[in-house]
Amino acid sequence: MNGKTVGIVGYGSYVPKFRIDAEEITRIWGEEAKRVKEGLGIQEKSVPDIDEDAATLAVEAARNAVKHAGIDSKEIGALYVGSESHPYAVKPTATIVAEAIGATPNLTAVDMEFACKAGTAAIQCCMGMCVAGMFKYGMAIGSDTSQGRPGDALEYSAGAGAAAFIIGTENLVAEIEATCSFTTDTPDFWRRPGADFPSHGGRFTGEPAYFKHVISASKMLIEKTGVKPAELDYAVFHQPNGKFPLQAAKMLGIPAEKVKQGLITPYIGNTYSAASLLGLNSVLDVAKPGERILMTSFGSGAGSDAFLIRVLDGIEKKRGRARSLQSYVDEKEYVEYGVYVKHRRKLKSL
Amino acid sequence: MTGTGLALTWRKIPERYNLLGSHCDNCGENFFPIRNICPNCRRKGRMGGTKFSGKGVIYSHTFVTSPPTGFELEAPYAIAIVQLAEGPKLTAQIVDGDYEKVKIGAPVEMVFRKIQEDGKEGLIHYGFKFKLI
Repeated sequence: MNGKTVGIVGYGSYVPKFRIDAEEITRIWGEEAKRVKEGLGIQEKSVPDIDEDAATLAVEAARNAVKHAGIDSKEIGALYVGSESHPYAVKPTATIVAEAIGATPNLTAVDMEFACKAGTAAIQCCMGMCVAGMFKYGMAIGSDTSQGRPGDALEYSAGAGAAAFIIGTENLVAEIEATCSFTTDTPDFWRRPGADFPSHGGRFTGEPAYFKHVISASKMLIEKTGVKPAELDYAVFHQPNGKFPLQAAKMLGIPAEKVKQGLITPYIGNTYSAASLLGLNSVLDVAKPGERILMTSFGSGAGSDAFLIRVLDGIEKKRGRARSLQSYVDEKEYVEYGVYVKHRRKLKSL
Repeated sequence: MTGTGLALTWRKIPERYNLLGSHCDNCGENFFPIRNICPNCRRKGRMGGTKFSGKGVIYSHTFVTSPPTGFELEAPYAIAIVQLAEGPKLTAQIVDGDYEKVKIGAPVEMVFRKIQEDGKEGLIHYGFKFKLI
């Protein structure tokens, strides 16, 4: 970018251990399990423990990222946490994370919010600042313990997870060759202050929101870089359900096989700010040097950030330093709807 | 509502977030929480800071079924004395279920969790808990 190489120095993930099967939710609301699972492409979703929130998830992912990168936390000059479930309305999640990874006090830190894409916006900020030489490393995190109103379609998808990326200009595992964004004012999904659950436009969240932004940003990146869809080895899209990313890939002429490695919503639900980043995490866990990845996020309200990423030789020697995303996906314990309600404090009295 | 014990929580952040403790260069013993004076060496002690790895084993444990105020939603839960790999012992909650596996000698590692919330409007206290590995 601007004649300088910038990219990913290390990354880490975290997914809570508990899961609820979509079938268990259909049991409560009298819906047909097969229809819901096939319709949304979601088998089960992650459920945070009672003592977990977006900050604790972010800390676990950030600690894994530091281990993976093998850097001194004190060299992190900026730390951004993107989330729509920050534990405080006022008081940053980013300071909690910075303290917990030992990056304080010589850094800048701030919380970001843009529905599901604040984490990728944080990566763009870190890229610019690293290229400008303001500091050696920046950390961008997407973390959410997302909420869905009981009985709403979101209840099948709203999961919990976090992904952290350390951005820098040297010692890279992958280069970010280019990035661009597509942003409009589109009222597809929102949550007002003090509201417990988000509201959304139902079908309106699809065509004029998700697809318009994801496709436009991806196409803009493809035109800007001249990369052909056939030259891409993997494509990762924001994944509010298990279906949308496959449809987006089809619209862009990318075969479904290139999307599957980065599609994890069917197993852990939509992790909002972490969703596309966990998809990228999953791809980087298996990608070989030289392979190219398209990642396009989406945040309601609405916007998409697209990235073209090339995996570098450096990825091999850092593999296995921190826990893999797959190990978190595989370590699970199912809970019943009642326990899920307690964990998510969905009863007013909790 | 103003928070109570803000300064105490703030002072404990290095210990609670990152398991920072003390090490005596004279006798080699590690301490948690942070101590200024080595109880072994007294005035000969040379105390410095050290960060523990977060790995340890369960030294002893119990299950809480009648929780104190603020912990009602978490009960029943396990509390253990964890002996850190570097020696010191501390008391912490064991998370992530699998309570039948909570046994003396079971290996554990530190995780970062919410410890307590001062009601819906007060401070959220974070820090170490442990999970079985």
